[in-house]
Amino acid sequence: MNIIIVGCGKVGEELAHRLNEEGDNITVIDIDSTKVNDVTSRLDVLGVTGNGATHLVQQEAGIRDADLLIAVTGSDELNLLCCLIAKKEGNCQTIARVRDPQYSTEAPYLKEELGLAMVINPEFQAAAEIARVLRFPSAIKIDTFAKGKVDLMKFRLPENCVLTGCSVKEIATKLKCDVLVCTVERGDEAFIPNGEFVFGEKDIISIIASPANANAFFRKIDYKINQVKDCMIAGGGDVAYYLCRILRKAGISLKLIEKDPKRCEKLCTALPEVTVICGDAADQQILLEEGLENANSFAALTNLDEENIMLSLFARVKGCKKLVTKINRIDFFDVIKQLDLDSIIYPKNITSELIVSYVRAMKNTIGSNVQTVYSIIKGKAEAAEFLIKDTSPVLGKPLMELKFKPNVLVAVILRGNRVIIPRGSDVIEKNDSVIVVSDIRPHDISDILD
Amino acid sequence: MNFPMIVYILGWILNFEALFLIIPLIASIVYGEATIVPLIITIAVCAALGVPITMKKPKESSLHSRDGYVIVSLSWIVLSAFGALPFVFSGAIPNYVDALFETVSGFTTTGATILSDVEAVPKSLLMWRSFTHWVGGMGVLVFIMAFLPLSGGQNLHIMKAESPGPSVSKLVPRIKTTALLLYSIYLVMTAIEFILLLFGGMTVFEAMNTAFATAGTGGFAVKNNGLAGYSEFVRMVVTVFMILFGINFNVYFLILSKKFKDALKISEVWYFLGIITVATTLITVNIKNLFPSVGAAFRSAIFTVSSVISSTGFTAVDFSLWPELSRTIIVLIMFIGACTGSTGGGIKVYRIVILFKSMGKELHTLIHPKQVKKIRMDQHEIEHEVIRSVNVFMVCYILVFVISLLCISFEDYDLITNFTAVTTTINNIGPGLDLVGPTANFGFFSPFSKMVLIFDMLAGRLELFPMLLLFAPVTWKK
Repeated sequence: MNIIIVGCGKVGEELAHRLNEEGDNITVIDIDSTKVNDVTSRLDVLGVTGNGATHLVQQEAGIRDADLLIAVTGSDELNLLCCLIAKKEGNCQTIARVRDPQYSTEAPYLKEELGLAMVINPEFQAAAEIARVLRFPSAIKIDTFAKGKVDLMKFRLPENCVLTGCSVKEIATKLKCDVLVCTVERGDEAFIPNGEFVFGEKDIISIIASPANANAFFRKIDYKINQVKDCMIAGGGDVAYYLCRILRKAGISLKLIEKDPKRCEKLCTALPEVTVICGDAADQQILLEEGLENANSFAALTNLDEENIMLSLFARVKGCKKLVTKINRIDFFDVIKQLDLDSIIYPKNITSELIVSYVRAMKNTIGSNVQTVYSIIKGKAEAAEFLIKDTSPVLGKPLMELKFKPNVLVAVILRGNRVIIPRGSDVIEKNDSVIVVSDIRPHDISDILD
Repeated sequence: MNFPMIVYILGWILNFEALFLIIPLIASIVYGEATIVPLIITIAVCAALGVPITMKKPKESSLHSRDGYVIVSLSWIVLSAFGALPFVFSGAIPNYVDALFETVSGFTTTGATILSDVEAVPKSLLMWRSFTHWVGGMGVLVFIMAFLPLSGGQNLHIMKAESPGPSVSKLVPRIKTTALLLYSIYLVMTAIEFILLLFGGMTVFEAMNTAFATAGTGGFAVKNNGLAGYSEFVRMVVTVFMILFGINFNVYFLILSKKFKDALKISEVWYFLGIITVATTLITVNIKNLFPSVGAAFRSAIFTVSSVISSTGFTAVDFSLWPELSRTIIVLIMFIGACTGSTGGGIKVYRIVILFKSMGKELHTLIHPKQVKKIRMDQHEIEHEVIRSVNVFMVCYILVFVISLLCISFEDYDLITNFTAVTTTINNIGPGLDLVGPTANFGFFSPFSKMVLIFDMLAGRLELFPMLLLFAPVTWKK
């Protein structure tokens, strides 16, 4: 694929590097010629110096033949403008990094009305990643689904689990839980279970559920997810804000330490159930006073990498069990890895990781009506996302009346911003996005019908 | 310095040289010449060294910019050193320094020869000589990069060091694709010329050699009197193709991708064509009395001008005998040379234009000391880095030139001979004036002077810096 990347910062360079290795043809644009020269001398990519939001520069970079433009400059507005112009000029897919919370709540609008394929918010993604680490440390794998709206959790059933010997449909009746089982792996075999499917000992299952339902489900099957009970957060930036928003839903009690009184006020208004402490997180006295020694987990999310490392090391000494450290600079990865820091979160890596997997999925969907493909069990089960048009045969009927092929599961229906985990009585409407889990690779939604 | 990787790439150079030598080997079989054994021995030597070295790729494959320069200069030296062997083994050029001079002259697309009787040399070796032009024209390492999966972006260091011009422009994001594209354009253009030359009455052997020599802007001829003995049509074809191969290859790429407007916007090409027009007109007027008609004078003039400015160096008439004005113009355009991104040599039109524009800028600042002014070309601001590198290039060029001139002056030949000998080798042209004129050759120089000129040819082809860095202590410091 021909990909244009606007902005040669750390993320831009990382993306150029990764995508180039995957065999894509990369052109980078940056206004700073030294950055362009740096990247082009390190990587086998083409460089163009200039403002990426002008159509002349985009033309020079070959927007006409491009399949995708990724805008990752430092400015949200510039990124959005780049995408708009690229859309007009080259009719390619576009991805923008947008980090201002004000814009990121607009993401659905941006996607629908402005035609962006993906709006990525590094701070939010970092927060989501941290939340996963804190909520579900014992999962085998957690995938984000439906462009970040749904989590797919994969874990191994514990011994003597109540589920062993149960069929899938009994989950609703017996356990009274609203979760959807997507796939089951038993040894080398993989199943996409229907209602009659019976769980066995030590099956690896993957489920889709909202955080609250997932928690209830785990409690009922007596699965120890080892979710932390409380969390102390140092630094009240955007990552901390998003983290609090996610964690409060999971019932984790939160304590946030922020230096700036004004910021504290804001956070307090936005996050009423969070204990906001106004003070310097680097002050050991404050940390101890607020009970660091008894805290279940500690997240160092200030803007200074060095401070974050120090704080985490301090928390470790004081006996805190679960640590999360946010590091912005990726250059010293190898060194930091050797420190006793538990989980380290690199927002920049997360951003590029997400974009790379999006691009991979995009490559898989060329030539079909599939919008995105996610791999669940490598080579055996995939989730494909379709946009439902008004001529679709699945429209208007409850799911239980539709005749599906074997091993096909409608896993999620996305209606605007709403996520529906469908039951047999649910109906697919026009303009819904539907995620189908199957072992075939459908090219169109009609392929899943018998 | 990544020595294992340098040796590895040099190993590949030898492998490819063995492959290249198959072409003269075929010729030698076709013409039933006694050069089969010397060629097979050379191929065996190259393969025996190259294959074991390239069996295993070094673990650490990253190349830094100093590695790039060293690889390029050593590659060209190794290529020439082994490429000279068939001449020595076959006894066509018994002296190794002479054979090296001939081979370097071939690979660097200079076309200066030490042979007084070209026609006495076996056809297969003449074919090898011309083929070295073809390979050297576009660049050996570019060729290798088109086929070898070397290490990712670091190849750019190599391409930077080998391709002519102050700034490298890739045509497409990937070096490999760029290299393949360049070679495809190159191959197709060579083939078209070959076919046209066949129509002009050349034999297959002559047409092939001439096409190779034109494409690389080399200038080795297979006849003692150059192209003088062929039809007017042949000379016209060669004239057109000498100009075409002297043009920036970006133009052809843009034409291929149907961006005709952009292709016409590359101002360097217009300057190049402009210089050819002015030089041709002046020389035509100056020499018209020597020819039966103005048309004949014009044809000789444009042939000579294209031959010299594209740094090919084919000869049809002995311009050494022309009036002083014409001789002077010819020497001047020797320095200008072809466009960047072409197969030609010389200082390059692009650099000359930048130098003139910097001069203009400097004069402006003398009048308006506070004026802020940027040098622009093709609607783009030229970065200070590029201007600086052009200036430094010029300084190095003059220094290398002066020192070489001094070195070969010990032999007591006249100044015009010495001056044009250095000019023609450092600019990769071929013939000079007087003793090294179109009808003469370089055989009379001492081995020392020949070595100096060999250095000049390599330095000129690789645009000075790689060769200078090879001998600079700073390169080898840890």
